[in-house]
Amino acid sequence: MTISVSIQHKAGGFDLDVSFDAPPGLTVLFGPSGAGKSTVVNAVAGLLRPDAGRISVAGRALVDRGAGLCLPPHRRRVGYVFQDGRLFPHLTVRQNLTYGRWFAPKPATGPGFDDVVEMLGIGPLLDRRPGALSGGEAQRVAIGRALLSGPDILLADEPLAALDEARKAEILPYFERLRDAATVPILYVSHSPAEVARLATTVVAIEKGRVTRIGPAAEVLGDPGVTPMGARAAGAVLSATIHAQHDDGLTELDAGEQKILLPRIDRPLGAAVRVHIEAQDVMIATERPRGISALNVLPVTVRDIRIGTGPGAIVQLAAGPNLILSRVTRRSVQTLGLHEGQQVFAVLKAVSVAP
Amino acid sequence: MTGWLGPEEWQAVALSLKVASWATLWSLPLAVLAAQALARWSFPGKTLLNGIVHLPLILPPVVTGYLLLLTFGTQGPVGGALQAIGISFAFRWTGAALAAGIMAFPLMVRAIRLSIEAVDPKLEQAAGTLGASRPWVFATVTLPLILPGILAGSILAFAKAMGEFGATITFVSNIPGQTQTLPSAIYAFLQVPGGESSALRLVIVAVVVAMAALIGSEVLSRRIAARVGGR
Repeated sequence: MTISVSIQHKAGGFDLDVSFDAPPGLTVLFGPSGAGKSTVVNAVAGLLRPDAGRISVAGRALVDRGAGLCLPPHRRRVGYVFQDGRLFPHLTVRQNLTYGRWFAPKPATGPGFDDVVEMLGIGPLLDRRPGALSGGEAQRVAIGRALLSGPDILLADEPLAALDEARKAEILPYFERLRDAATVPILYVSHSPAEVARLATTVVAIEKGRVTRIGPAAEVLGDPGVTPMGARAAGAVLSATIHAQHDDGLTELDAGEQKILLPRIDRPLGAAVRVHIEAQDVMIATERPRGISALNVLPVTVRDIRIGTGPGAIVQLAAGPNLILSRVTRRSVQTLGLHEGQQVFAVLKAVSVAP
Repeated sequence: MTGWLGPEEWQAVALSLKVASWATLWSLPLAVLAAQALARWSFPGKTLLNGIVHLPLILPPVVTGYLLLLTFGTQGPVGGALQAIGISFAFRWTGAALAAGIMAFPLMVRAIRLSIEAVDPKLEQAAGTLGASRPWVFATVTLPLILPGILAGSILAFAKAMGEFGATITFVSNIPGQTQTLPSAIYAFLQVPGGESSALRLVIVAVVVAMAALIGSEVLSRRIAARVGGR
C-alpha cells in the first residue's frame, strides 16, 4: 500500500508545498521543528484541510481538492498516534483500545485484540484508567488503540518526543516490530536523527515546507544536502550484523566490507543492528594512522565535498556500500588537498547503536 | 411532613418541586445544545444567540413574564397555535414550568458551556481519527466528560426554578394548587394577617431544599469528576 501525497497549503505566512510517495514500510518525515511535517500528517488524517492537492492511500483518494473531495477524519481509516497520547480519561485502557472497533468496518480487519495487547505488553494494564499510567505505558496503549481501529495507514506525530530517554527506548522496539510486521504502512514524523536511523525504511526530508530529499534511510542521512538542517542532525546510518563477541567486552560488527568494534551489544550472532555515526565523530586521514587509540579506522573513498558558508565542510565518504559523513573544517580540506575519488581513511571517534 | 405543614403549604411545596423538576428537564437538552453551539461552533448570529440566551438573566423578571404572556398566552401567536393541539400554558402549572425553565436557562447554559470549554478538543479529534462521526464523538467523549458540568448546571437551574417568582406570577398568576409555587405562597401568606407562621415554615422548607440540592450536587460531581479524571 502506497501513500501518495501532493498538497499545497498556506497558513500564517507559512507556505507548504510537498509531493512524495511513501512506499510500504515506515516512512519518516524528517526535518527541523516548524518545517511542516506535522501539517502534512494532519492533512493526511483530515485534521487540516489543505488549500490544494491530492492525498491517496493505495489508490483510494482521501483528498482531491480539484474534485472537491475532502473526507472527514472518521471516514479516512487512518490510525493516529499523537505526541501527547490523547487517551480518553473516562474510559479504561480496555475501553480505549476497543473504542475504534465500534466504528471499524465489519468483519474486523487487521490484527486482533489479543495480538495487539500481547505485542505491546499491556495485558496487566487493561483495567486501569489512563490517569494511572506512566508516559510510556500510555503511549503503548495509544499505539494499540490506533492499530485496533483497523486503519489502512498508521500516522505517528513525534510519538516519543514527550518521553524521557528510558521511555523512548521502551517504545522504539514496538515501532520496529510494526515496521517489520508490515501490516500497515506507517508515516512517522520525527526531527531526531537517532529515531530516523533506527526506524526508517524511507526518509522524506522536509525543510521550510519543501521536500528536500526522498530515499532510503542510509542514503538520505548520508547526503550532505540534508545535513545543513543542523550540524547535530548530520550523521549516517549503517546496517550491520553481529559478527563476533570478543572476550574483552567488545562486539565486532560486520557492515558490508567493514568490521566495526563497539562495546558489548547483547544480541545473538547474526542479529541485525543499525549503527549511527555522527559527522562530528569522524576524522579524515590521508594515510593509515598509526599509534592511535581509535579502534575503527576504515579505508574509504571521498564521494562529495560540501563547503558550507561557515568555516566547516561536510565530506561524504563511501565505505564499500555504506556512506558516512565527516564534518571537518575548510582549512583541513585545503591542507589535506581532499578531492572527489581520493582514497583516505575515516577515523571513527564514536559509533553508537541507533538507540 | 404533611403533619407539620398545613395542606395549603404542602400543596405549594409539592407544586414547586414538580414545576422545578419539569423546568429542569425540558431546558436541559436545549441548554446542552446551546452550550455546545456557543462553545464549539462558529456560525453567523452567534453573538445574537449568546445575547438571547442571557436575556432572562438581565431583564427584569416581570418583563420576561409579560413577554411570555404575550407569546404563550391564549391570545399569543405561539400559545394560540399550541392551544389548537391541546397544549396550554395560561394559568396552569405547565406555564409555571415554562417560566421557571426560561429563567433558569442562562445559568444552566453557562455551567455546561464552561465544562465543554474545559474538554480538550484534541480528545475529540482523536475520537474522529478512530472512526467516530461528530454525533458519536459528542455522545462518547464530550458528553461523559462534561457530566459534572451538566449536573452542576441542572442543580443550579433546579434551585433557581424553585425560587422563581417574578416571571411566574406575571405569566400564570398565583392560583393555589395550580400556579402557587413556594415563593408565591410565601408572598401570599405574608399578605394576610396571621400568615407569618405559615410563611416561616415555607421559608425553612426552601432553605432545606436549597441546601440539600447544593450538598447533593457537590457529592455527586466529586464522584463523577474522580471517575472522569481517570484513576
